[in-house]
Amino acid sequence: MTTGRASDPLVVPAPDDADLAVRVRGLRRSYGETRAVDGVDLDVVRGEVLALLGPNGAGKTTTTEILEGYRHRDGGEVDVLGCDPAHGDARWRSRLGIVLQNANDLGDLTVEEAVSHFAGYYPDPHGPLEVIESVGLSDKRRTRGFDLSGGQRRRLDVALGVIGRPELLFLDEPTTGFDPEARREFWDLIRGLRGSGTTILLTTHYLDEAEVLADRVGVISRGRLIACDVPARLGGRDESQATVSWREDGVVRSEVTHEPTGLVHDLAGRFEGEIPALAVHRPSLEDVYLSLINDDSEAES
Amino acid sequence: MTSAAPPVSRPSSPSGLSLGLRRVRIELKTFFRDRNSAVWNFLLPVLLLVIFGSVFGSQNLGPGITFAQYFVAGMIASGVLYTSFQNLAIAIPMERDDGTLKRLQGTPMPKVAYFIGKIGLVFVAYVAQVTILIVVGVAFYKLHLPTDPAKWFTFLWASVLGLISCTLLGIAFSVVPKNGKGASAVVSPIVLVLQFTSGVFFVFSQLPHWMQVFASFFPLKWLTQAMRSVFLPDSAASLEVAGSWELPACAAVLAAWCVGGLVMSLVFFRWNKRGQD
Repeated sequence: MTTGRASDPLVVPAPDDADLAVRVRGLRRSYGETRAVDGVDLDVVRGEVLALLGPNGAGKTTTTEILEGYRHRDGGEVDVLGCDPAHGDARWRSRLGIVLQNANDLGDLTVEEAVSHFAGYYPDPHGPLEVIESVGLSDKRRTRGFDLSGGQRRRLDVALGVIGRPELLFLDEPTTGFDPEARREFWDLIRGLRGSGTTILLTTHYLDEAEVLADRVGVISRGRLIACDVPARLGGRDESQATVSWREDGVVRSEVTHEPTGLVHDLAGRFEGEIPALAVHRPSLEDVYLSLINDDSEAES
Repeated sequence: MTSAAPPVSRPSSPSGLSLGLRRVRIELKTFFRDRNSAVWNFLLPVLLLVIFGSVFGSQNLGPGITFAQYFVAGMIASGVLYTSFQNLAIAIPMERDDGTLKRLQGTPMPKVAYFIGKIGLVFVAYVAQVTILIVVGVAFYKLHLPTDPAKWFTFLWASVLGLISCTLLGIAFSVVPKNGKGASAVVSPIVLVLQFTSGVFFVFSQLPHWMQVFASFFPLKWLTQAMRSVFLPDSAASLEVAGSWELPACAAVLAAWCVGGLVMSLVFFRWNKRGQD
């Protein structure tokens, strides 16, 4: 089996023998004249966290909602847990967990009522109290949905997403609107799920989140997957040049180089001791992401 | 990375019926905890009964027939429309907006369970509402409860056919409001117009002919008429346009709307918001 179409050199395909939870080839979907998804190829390996990045309107939501079975597609092959989502039955659905963006339902039910109720839909659910505990809502289990804070509300969404013991979990921009502390706690929660073997497809706008959580990062732009790799290598990040900066004669100087170690060594000799304001900077995931998106939109015009 | 975890064979999923009954419980909890809908569905008809009953109640429509009695029958018929059509045509668009329908669609819940939940909610809400209306009617407005079992049988089939047709119509109509916020602004005037033209607020036989013709295309006119046959003395049949209760016609029109409602709900109902499927 060959996986990954070498259509884009920055898309590093999953290994040939990888056990895939999701396999997408040539996915297309248009809304009227607009081609929202225009040939996406994507593999999600079982057990990994794959983060999908991309600007608004790039096709992230359409792609994930096709995989979740919410939207139909115009063309391409899609396989999610061995099934075509367009014909997914209840049995297939019981193996998925979906954490929606912007859900505002269940406000009149308490956390425990909601989680217990949804547990009833699944053939082999976790214990509701155990799941409530794992998302850190134990002390809120008698609180109604409308009385939860934004972060607690999202934890409830995650609890409902994982109650059925999913093999594959979709997380759509799960930490939007979180304060920094809530985001850290949420990340721990996701790491815990990954540790228990759950495959996770995450869409996010936060590059630090992708870097921290994801085994691999995919970038979607103009309806196509333009890059996909481990965070440290995305877009050739590991091979790109480093910027070394320091202060000399009262001015900050910097030099872009392929051999930052050599440069720092020379500087160390020159200054005899500490190099003032020394910094070695490699492009952050954000730098790489922005240049990928930039190059792609320039390629269009 | 974990090694291959082949889809384990899992216990079979819970059945649609048992999940439907679980949905009924959740629907009832949600309905009675949401103060807004409880006010609308319970206090408004009772409030209307008190206002109309107090202002016009003592007017005699004929020997031993007061407007209050006429009005209670109309409000009971309206109760069908409130708890089924109005309730669902407003609640479902709101659930489409707030993510309820999307979340349910993403679970293995058989879709029929959602509708069983709604039907159970409608049924319980109607029974509760009618009980309150009858109690208030008997206590304050000289409503006479029939002793003839045949009249209770009419009450039963009129309620059931009315609830089925208006529930299905509410499910079908839930695609009309553009969003949840605007739903009640679209649905409430329709209910109000039907009430005005169907003999709830005014005596039907005194309405202009064109209005009578208009109303006779819709279920409420026939439902109201059937309810009058239950709660008014037989002599009141002379107040009807046809001079009789026309019960076979009432049953036929309501049954036709059950079929029409079923077809329309199957054709028009949507889980997704517009443009999101």
